[in-house]
Amino acid sequence: MGPADLLQLVLSGLSVGGLYALVAVGFVTIHAVTGVINFAQGELAMAGALVAATLAGAGTPLPLAVSAGIAAGAAVGLAVDRATVWPALRRRRGGAVAEVVLILLTIGASIAIRGVALALWGSEPYALPPFTAGPPLDLAGAVVSRQTLWVLGLSAVTMVALALFFTRTQVGAALRACAMNRDAARLAAVSPTRMSALAFGLSGAVAGLAGAAITPVSLATYDMGLLLGLKGFVSAVVGGLGSPAGAVVGALVLGVLESLGAGLVSSGYKDAIAFLALIVVLLVRPEGLFAVARLRRA
Amino acid sequence: MPVLLLAALVAPLPLLLGGYTLSLLIVIGLHALAALGLGVLMGQAGQVSLAQGAFYGLGAYGSTLLATHGGMPPWASVPLAIVAAAAVALLLGLPAVRLGGHHLALSTLGFGIIVFLVFNNETEWTGGPSGVIGIPPLALFGRTVATDRAYAYVVWSVLLAALLGVRVLLRSPTGRAFRAIAASEPAAAAMGIDVARKKLLAFVLAGALGAAGGGLYAHWLTFISPTAFGLEASIEFLVMAVLGGLGSLYGPLLGAATVTLLVEGLRSVVQVVIPGATGWVEVTVFGLILIGVLLLAPEGLAGGLARARRRVTARRREDTRNA
Repeated sequence: MGPADLLQLVLSGLSVGGLYALVAVGFVTIHAVTGVINFAQGELAMAGALVAATLAGAGTPLPLAVSAGIAAGAAVGLAVDRATVWPALRRRRGGAVAEVVLILLTIGASIAIRGVALALWGSEPYALPPFTAGPPLDLAGAVVSRQTLWVLGLSAVTMVALALFFTRTQVGAALRACAMNRDAARLAAVSPTRMSALAFGLSGAVAGLAGAAITPVSLATYDMGLLLGLKGFVSAVVGGLGSPAGAVVGALVLGVLESLGAGLVSSGYKDAIAFLALIVVLLVRPEGLFAVARLRRA
Repeated sequence: MPVLLLAALVAPLPLLLGGYTLSLLIVIGLHALAALGLGVLMGQAGQVSLAQGAFYGLGAYGSTLLATHGGMPPWASVPLAIVAAAAVALLLGLPAVRLGGHHLALSTLGFGIIVFLVFNNETEWTGGPSGVIGIPPLALFGRTVATDRAYAYVVWSVLLAALLGVRVLLRSPTGRAFRAIAASEPAAAAMGIDVARKKLLAFVLAGALGAAGGGLYAHWLTFISPTAFGLEASIEFLVMAVLGGLGSLYGPLLGAATVTLLVEGLRSVVQVVIPGATGWVEVTVFGLILIGVLLLAPEGLAGGLARARRRVTARRREDTRNA
């Protein structure tokens, strides 16, 4: 196994990690603003992937198809918020909703979304053409497909855009205010209901992008959301559930570990790596590798 | 309702039913065992597990391996498999229960997937995707439990014994500790309850009951394959527990019966109404049931029945007053 092969594994690992990062950031955003762990996060990516693939297959130009996928992710995210989370949180004002109930609600949403996807698209895989056509590139001996670079690039750009959004815009500040202290935010004329919807919509859009970006590589199926969501969550936990930056690093680490594990050890158990990583982190450092001051909800 | 009364009501059923309905009765009993374990964990101790299908599978594959590779008689391999599954639950639970609800939920999700991967990949031991055939049937006191009728009695005896055991547990200080933990972990801890230990106990119990169902399943069907023990199964058990009513002793049994019959009913009806439907109806309906019950009827079927009973009793009291 030469250095070029290793570089190849690392690069594809980083690319996959970028994907997980997009999903993980969505988790962290929703959790920060609403306190909910969105089990349907992976399904939002799946929605984006399938919508983009269907439109592209029907002749829509690729950028439009991908944009539609992003919109689809946002729309489904909003639907999950309105249909499950918001009614539950609204019912118990003051007291806390049982965590069990919230978890089960988003599980129910993820199942229902998967069922609808199965109904609309069946169980066969769908494809998207790569974002730019052409042979794989040669970087210092490592063979890297153009789509891999696209995913890396898109993830990086999205992260920067999100960071700017959260720190430089008023809406972003409102979201962060809601994450820090819901009631204080309400006093500052920030509507938690609207923020919750925004968090879900934004996370859905980012997830939709992730789904569309990975489809040229690994095809889109109705059940692709499950593992994607799980790995996004593991990344978020590894990074420390309160920190988006930590989630990104966690995701990149996970992606590289998976890639190295599949390439060097065994590809059958590739998915096991994420779970093992989760167990290790839970055992050794449950607050996450980057225990930044957590955004605690009041 | 005392368990003995339920036993009396159920006892004649295997004699009255036959063929397809009798096997449904057995399946309901098996599912109820797994759902009961999950109900204790979720309803009483307030923890979510998405791995009950995996524990069902651990019981099934564990007992199968002990019987086929180890030459053990099923009446011994099933209990041993249960103990092994409980040990696995202990190992998994130790790190996971120390933390918040969603950590346990997602750890169990990942664990379930791992277990399924193992069942699917370790072909030498588990037969891989094609599974195992020719599993030795259960034999008690020297006689093979050959008929479905006899097997129904075996399964439901185990279920009723489990219900009795759980009932005793729930009325004990441990049961009260569970409910305290479900209500508020910090408050429970402040009262001196060892929260982590109690959660671990609930988790191990859930795993053991799931494995009990799986082990009995394996020696009845004499054939198992990984598809019956994946995430879909875990979700089915979840829906059974929630629909039946978390926090009620008979909730899981009600839920198991309802979901099992619903699935069978859907399978026949859907084929007629929407030819070509591939199973998405089942999946979507499950998701919608889960959401609907949680938002609109959080006490599930058992809660609904209890409320109806109270209304009848109240009306009867009013009638005697007015008379």
